[in-house]
Amino acid sequence: MAQMNMKEAIRDAMRVELSRDPNVVIFGEDVGNVGGVFRVTEGLQKEFGEERVFDTPLAESAIGGLAVGLGIQGFRPIAEIQFVGFIFEALDQIVVQAARMRYRSGGRYHSPIVFRTPFGGGVKAAELHTDALEGFITQTPGIKVVVPSNPYDAKGLMIAAIRDNDPVFFMEHLNLYHAFRAEVPEGEYTVELGKANVVREGTDVTIIAYGLMVHTATKAADELEKNGIKAEIIDLRTIAPIDIDTVLASVKKTNRAIVVQEAQKSAGVAAEVIAQINERAILHLEAPVLRVAPPDTVYPFAQIEDTWLPTPARIVETVNKVLNF
Amino acid sequence: MYNNSITAELDIQIFIEVKKMTKVPYEVYTEEVDTLSVLSPDGKIVNKDLLPELSDDQLKEIMYRMVFTRTWDDRAVNLGRQGRLGFYAPVSGQEATMVGSEFALEKDDFVCPGYRDMPQIVWHGLPLYQAFLYSRGHQHGGQIPEGVNVLMPQIIIGAQILHAMGIAMGYKLKKQKQVVITYTGDGGSSEGDFYEGLNYAGVYKLPVIFFVQNNGYAITTPFSKQTAALSIAHKAVAAGIKGVKVDGMDVLAVIKAVRDAAERGRNGEGATLIEAVTYRFRPHSLSDDASKYRTKEEEGEWNEKDPIARLAKYLEQKGLWTEEDTARVKDEAKAKVNEQIKKAEQTEKMTVPGLIDSMFEQTPKHLEEQKADFQ
Repeated sequence: MAQMNMKEAIRDAMRVELSRDPNVVIFGEDVGNVGGVFRVTEGLQKEFGEERVFDTPLAESAIGGLAVGLGIQGFRPIAEIQFVGFIFEALDQIVVQAARMRYRSGGRYHSPIVFRTPFGGGVKAAELHTDALEGFITQTPGIKVVVPSNPYDAKGLMIAAIRDNDPVFFMEHLNLYHAFRAEVPEGEYTVELGKANVVREGTDVTIIAYGLMVHTATKAADELEKNGIKAEIIDLRTIAPIDIDTVLASVKKTNRAIVVQEAQKSAGVAAEVIAQINERAILHLEAPVLRVAPPDTVYPFAQIEDTWLPTPARIVETVNKVLNF
Repeated sequence: MYNNSITAELDIQIFIEVKKMTKVPYEVYTEEVDTLSVLSPDGKIVNKDLLPELSDDQLKEIMYRMVFTRTWDDRAVNLGRQGRLGFYAPVSGQEATMVGSEFALEKDDFVCPGYRDMPQIVWHGLPLYQAFLYSRGHQHGGQIPEGVNVLMPQIIIGAQILHAMGIAMGYKLKKQKQVVITYTGDGGSSEGDFYEGLNYAGVYKLPVIFFVQNNGYAITTPFSKQTAALSIAHKAVAAGIKGVKVDGMDVLAVIKAVRDAAERGRNGEGATLIEAVTYRFRPHSLSDDASKYRTKEEEGEWNEKDPIARLAKYLEQKGLWTEEDTARVKDEAKAKVNEQIKKAEQTEKMTVPGLIDSMFEQTPKHLEEQKADFQ
């Protein structure tokens, strides 16, 4: 098995699907010739030609509209939005046009599109390059939202997303592109959309996270273990829809939970997870489910990024609160 | 003193003239363009060379569709007032642009309409009762039959322009010869999506026709407040595509413009922006009051240019049409509208579980659970 970082794994997924299905096309700003600003699509244009992998003019709404139009024509577009902050320019095409196509046409048309976008903090990028904007999309009916945390999942989720006949918003954490290598099978395999994964088993508390926060939570769990506290970590992988069954099974075992997210605290994925735990498992809880999340401010300039984002220390502190409730 | 002042005025005049004539080599200039016109308001051919080739049967069919569309519009406005139709955007006055532009296409070309462009998609193959269902807020209105190449009307102004561009790229990638037409209005030509769509179509040389029905008002805002460009057609220059300005009350001119654009598209020569200057005789919608922003005089001037009266005069001169024909088509249209609105009204109501099942190809578990609340 090959060792790949997450960037290479995502690229490999796209290569597999470009080879397998002639309807797969990739486009976006700078994705063709050089393979995008992060080189995720590097080499694909050379391998598959300019009709399959191509650069677009600099206009995000048109990237979204192009994807919707090609979807109507039977293609499977993979549209890259260069940085997450640029989705605002394309938001109508993503949440109004692509996500409603099946409903508006009563199933006559659909949008088998993957919108890929890098996001995520900790890299001291320019404004609006790193925000965790998933909340905008998870509130949208008709689109799935995927946030992989490791190379294996990233490849399998990407292949599943490309093959899905509905739109998928695929968020790639900037800090995970090169963070580490892991074993990734060659060829095709899928990781089912909408399925969470227990990445660390434990009995005392459940930590629910996704994306980079899975790794931040793991660091916290290592710390907690030194004091004999065994934390179970759930990687949601897909945040719309949320795999609540996996969360509930864990909470019923540990009776305590916290949710960690990189997005601002209010009205986000964590709030949704907590609401669903309350609806379905309140009598299993020994303490309220708490959130570790940045304050409800705009994403900060680079100077205070590290203290603004959730840290292992804050996760440990919050776990201790639910343990000592 | 008196003489000096005259000299000074003359000097200024000359100065202005010279300044007008001197073009700065690094500045961009555009000029006014003529409007493509074939029929005069009294139904006379004013430009024989531009007359599109149409058989007598085709001319009668165009006339039939225009009269039908006007009658349907009259009936729809009444149905709307009776509460039997939901949102409806009247079309009277725009029959030449709507019927003519669609008539100029092939059946397998693709139509991406704006919200007012129901006639184009109905004449392209959408059953009329589905158009009524769309107005009534029923999902079946958007369930376009297989083989009918249209999208449902777009509510977000300009979004369909980008879909048209994408569908056109699909034809290009599949090496098929179809073209795509998309419609918007003078207001829509101010949207970012309009510029993005034109620009992409220019870069990729896509077989798409951007058809702007400039009816003078974006709801209430007059065209004078929409752009400082010489015309909407001029905006093609910025995208490197062909721009054409056409008399939108002259159905033969509209057909000529769209046929030329479609031919360019099929020949791989890229996109065309067509501005058709027209007028909506009625308000923007059934809840709009046009007297708040238009004068009776202006409305009267445009009524004189009625596209149906104009074609009727031409056909009457050719011995192809009579007043009886108009009366007959009106009766046919009324009967058809009555039958189709009844069919729409008798269509089974939507349900919340049905709505839930139309969100995804496979309804996810959480939505299945939510469905249970409505069963």
